Amino acid sequence: MSDIASRVKAIIVEKLGVDESEVNPEASFTNDLGADSLDTVELIMEFEKEFNVAIPDDQAETIGTVGQAIAYLEKNVK
Amino acid sequence: MELKRVVVTGLGALTPIGNTVPEYWNGLLNGVSGAAPITRFDASKFKTNFACEVKNFKPEDFLDRKEARKLDPFVQFALVSTEEAVIDSGMDFDNLDTNRIGVIWGSGIGGLKTFQDEVTSFAKGDGTPRFNPFFIPKMILDIAPGHISIKYGLRGPNFSTVAACASSTNALIDAFNYIRLGMADAIISGGSESIIHEAGMGGFNAMHALSTRNDDPATASRPFDLDRDGFVTGEGSGTIILEELEHALARGAKIYAELIGGGMSADAHHITAPHPDGLGAKLVMKNALKDAGLTTADIDYINVHGTSTGLGDKSESKAIVNVFGEDAYRLNISSTKSMTGHLLGAAGAVESIAAILAVKNDIVPPTINHFTDDPEIDPRLNLTFNVAQKRLVRVAQSNTFGFGGHNASVIFRKYEG
Repeated sequence: MSDIASRVKAIIVEKLGVDESEVNPEASFTNDLGADSLDTVELIMEFEKEFNVAIPDDQAETIGTVGQAIAYLEKNVK
Repeated sequence: MELKRVVVTGLGALTPIGNTVPEYWNGLLNGVSGAAPITRFDASKFKTNFACEVKNFKPEDFLDRKEARKLDPFVQFALVSTEEAVIDSGMDFDNLDTNRIGVIWGSGIGGLKTFQDEVTSFAKGDGTPRFNPFFIPKMILDIAPGHISIKYGLRGPNFSTVAACASSTNALIDAFNYIRLGMADAIISGGSESIIHEAGMGGFNAMHALSTRNDDPATASRPFDLDRDGFVTGEGSGTIILEELEHALARGAKIYAELIGGGMSADAHHITAPHPDGLGAKLVMKNALKDAGLTTADIDYINVHGTSTGLGDKSESKAIVNVFGEDAYRLNISSTKSMTGHLLGAAGAVESIAAILAVKNDIVPPTINHFTDDPEIDPRLNLTFNVAQKRLVRVAQSNTFGFGGHNASVIFRKYEG
């Protein structure tokens, strides 16, 4: 697992209060991990803070699963 | 129309001297001080570095960790004391009309800690707005009754009352009115406050409102004592479940006492100082007596606002003598803030619980930390100094006065069929 992936998972575990075993790439924040719309916004903000990137709203809307978050950040974090 | 009768059927308390109602009441009767050096943050640079904090409280013991993170402490406190009260009341919401059960909740300020943290974080940044999406719904004062309604599925009247240190007394009066008008069967009422952090302590310190007796916190809250030097901040929550009498009887509820009157008034004088002649204080006590249909001879105990400030204690004691005349010397008076500190918006609820339990148990909790008489406080008043006093308490009155000149007072009577 990449460094980015493990950091993303740690944030999700912390913010959504879920077990690490649930945080697999296919897991949807809202459907599988119990997030509501505000939780999702907060997750995106935490990713921005952790990785020092700005995720535009139109991009943020495409990030709905753990795997999508990892893929986006692996591509955009320098 | 004939007004319905309203009784108290559930109590919950999370206070600096006890995290449940029995612990709180035990602390009151034993004259326990809740004051100690502040542990929530480094207060060494503050003029006052002590307060009455809630002790041994871990939100995770009561709330899901993820949920707790989204709740300001004043809401965490509210949910904890309310759970105690709901269990105490024996209410089974599955078998009650929850459209007719409401929540009316007071707080002086609301989520000040959340506001402080979010704004501090923004100010430290480069101007990019990175506010947490939970900032507003975590901070707003009315989120406390909102969360209580969501937890228990209560769809009756739901809102907050704001009147500084009278806030939760106003909540009780509103709840009382809706129930006696037949607009609700029961209302979870009370208030909570959490201001023991940098913004709260710094703000009150700047007003010169707080005691600075840093070398002896436990004796700092000394209402009516000659050497009182300001109030001591407290925090916590009190929940009082008010219920229409027939509704309570129909489900065989335990009844603590009957709420028989509420009074409100304004000083219309100054933003923080009480009226020197206690104009608003006199008026609010008279209004409550009138609403209850009582005379001054009927009151046995007044749980006073008595914050341990120079002006406030003096004007309140004068107001009592003025309103009650010779009866003032027959009744017991005490300020339980001498033990709990000042819970601000939660004070009305927590102190009403003291009044209710005094009525139920015929014991008046003391005003502790009395060392030296103040010649400006009438020596004939029985201020219940230092030790609890047993006496018949048929009726008790609880006064609260808030910055802004808001006054509210409620009267509880022994429930007799």
